[in-house]
Amino acid sequence: MPERMALTGNEAVAHAMRQINPDTMAAYPITPQTAMMQKFADFAADGLIDTDIVLVESEHSAMSATVGAAAAGARSMTATAACGLALMWEILYIASSYRLPIVMPVVNRALSGPINIQGDHSDTMGTRDAGWIHLFSENAQEAYENTLQAIRIAEHPDVLTPAMVTLDGFIISHGVETVTIYDDAKAKKFVGEYNPRYTLLDANHPMTLGALDFSDFYFEHKVSQLDGMMASPQVVLDVGKEFKETFGGEECYEFFEAYKMDDAEYAVVVLGSTAGAARMVVDDLRGRGVKAGMIKIRMFRPFPYQEIAKLISPLKGCTILDRSIAYGGDGGPVHIEIRSALYGYNSVPMLTNYIYGLGGKPIEPEHIMSAMNELQEAVKTGTPKRRIGFLNLKEDYVPAV
Amino acid sequence: MTDTGKKMLEIRWHGRGGQGAVTASKVLAESAMSLGKQIQAFPEYGSERQGAPVKAFTRIADQRIRQHNQVTQPDVVIVLDESLLDAVDVTEGLNDNGTLIINTQSSPAEIRQKMALQGRSLYVVDATGISLRNLGKSIPNTPMIGALVGATKLLDPKLVAEDFAKKFAKKFKQEVIEGNVQSILDAAQEVKGE
Repeated sequence: MPERMALTGNEAVAHAMRQINPDTMAAYPITPQTAMMQKFADFAADGLIDTDIVLVESEHSAMSATVGAAAAGARSMTATAACGLALMWEILYIASSYRLPIVMPVVNRALSGPINIQGDHSDTMGTRDAGWIHLFSENAQEAYENTLQAIRIAEHPDVLTPAMVTLDGFIISHGVETVTIYDDAKAKKFVGEYNPRYTLLDANHPMTLGALDFSDFYFEHKVSQLDGMMASPQVVLDVGKEFKETFGGEECYEFFEAYKMDDAEYAVVVLGSTAGAARMVVDDLRGRGVKAGMIKIRMFRPFPYQEIAKLISPLKGCTILDRSIAYGGDGGPVHIEIRSALYGYNSVPMLTNYIYGLGGKPIEPEHIMSAMNELQEAVKTGTPKRRIGFLNLKEDYVPAV
Repeated sequence: MTDTGKKMLEIRWHGRGGQGAVTASKVLAESAMSLGKQIQAFPEYGSERQGAPVKAFTRIADQRIRQHNQVTQPDVVIVLDESLLDAVDVTEGLNDNGTLIINTQSSPAEIRQKMALQGRSLYVVDATGISLRNLGKSIPNTPMIGALVGATKLLDPKLVAEDFAKKFAKKFKQEVIEGNVQSILDAAQEVKGE
């Protein structure tokens, strides 16, 4: 029977990992991921899982051990956050280039410096071209469900690409909320057995991973990673549909959630936990007769260019909220993707971009409302007040851009 | 309690590191969930230190809670440590219809005068005394949960006490469970309004 529990996001994801019961789990503690691995280790100590937990001395080693185990044919997971993900950098590319279907929950946290342990998206955004699938989660329930689905997506024979499942640091990882944990047997059946087609330990079919690869085949091998990445959207949809049919959940099972977008003229685009406040703002605007909507992106990699562009192109205005800065780029990463997605469309809306919430800076409905008000003003005048704005920045600080 | 028109109850807990404000925010939420409500509980994330002022929050609603912004306009504020009244503005964001519940031996009139408090519903309870009586030490968080449900009629104190006993059966010794259960029930009885 499904069970309603009061859980933090970290605990909810640990329950997903308990139900997955991976063969190996190599991890190193880092705030705000630590409590997730602690809960998972509890499950192991209680005899609920038989995962081989490998304690390592750094995240570089955690991902290296995970890659080694996955190459040997084990269902292998790890989890990290922030600087831990940064330390894995080199091995992230190795995991994706070996086409190892590793699933890794990442608790989004600011990168140093200055030192900060709170939530923003700078960590995973830095890895957006590392060849991993990125699924963002709005709440603890979605983080739990995304983790279960990510296994099926990553391991699909057409995909064989590692996947990150993200949840916002502290806001989701450490906040307690009502979470439904689905029936163990049903969840295990959904996740299924892992039968890798290629493993290093299969002596009858010897293979090489990580060989020297110069101009003879390196380019072709790198391009072939796109095969798996670009096969993943259909699998994300199929797995999502099956998940919803199996468990009857209420989360987002597609590339994005389109909230009140059917007749919308103005929209706000968000990732993660900010969707809650954005929905409130949309409802408030609707109450005042403004045709507002929200797009919550779930699948950031691969980015659903065509589907997003189709939804945004007919609007009058769209504001894109980014919880990270692409220094030297055009504002934030989500903005860059959407502006690029719209190229070639005859009708394009006014676009504005706001950076917010770095290092856990609070984001309140009134901040999103101010962005939506400025957007409507920009549509009226034909010129945005600022190309790139900053929500809830100290008033006496005037940015150069 | 005054109906603020909101479909959700938002509670802010003030305590000092080590007094159990964060735990109380979660225990109350879990009790409310056991009794069929939708909940959220989260602390103000900073560097937790023994004795430093800390804040925690609980949201309780009948419908699913989808927002994850901060609690800036609580309906109820609970103060676990009277000395905080001189250190932080516990009434911040608490509107005129809001409820303030303070752990103190003073009377509501004395507290109102001391705080120069205008409006709001004020309740007091000697949570430290109740804790010392039932547990032999000062852990004011469970009595303050009792005071909250006693003052606001949010949940039945007996059901909250039963839920506490059930939830912590494995974690605490029987005498600790009994002391906490009695603290919840005593505080629900002894909490005084104006």
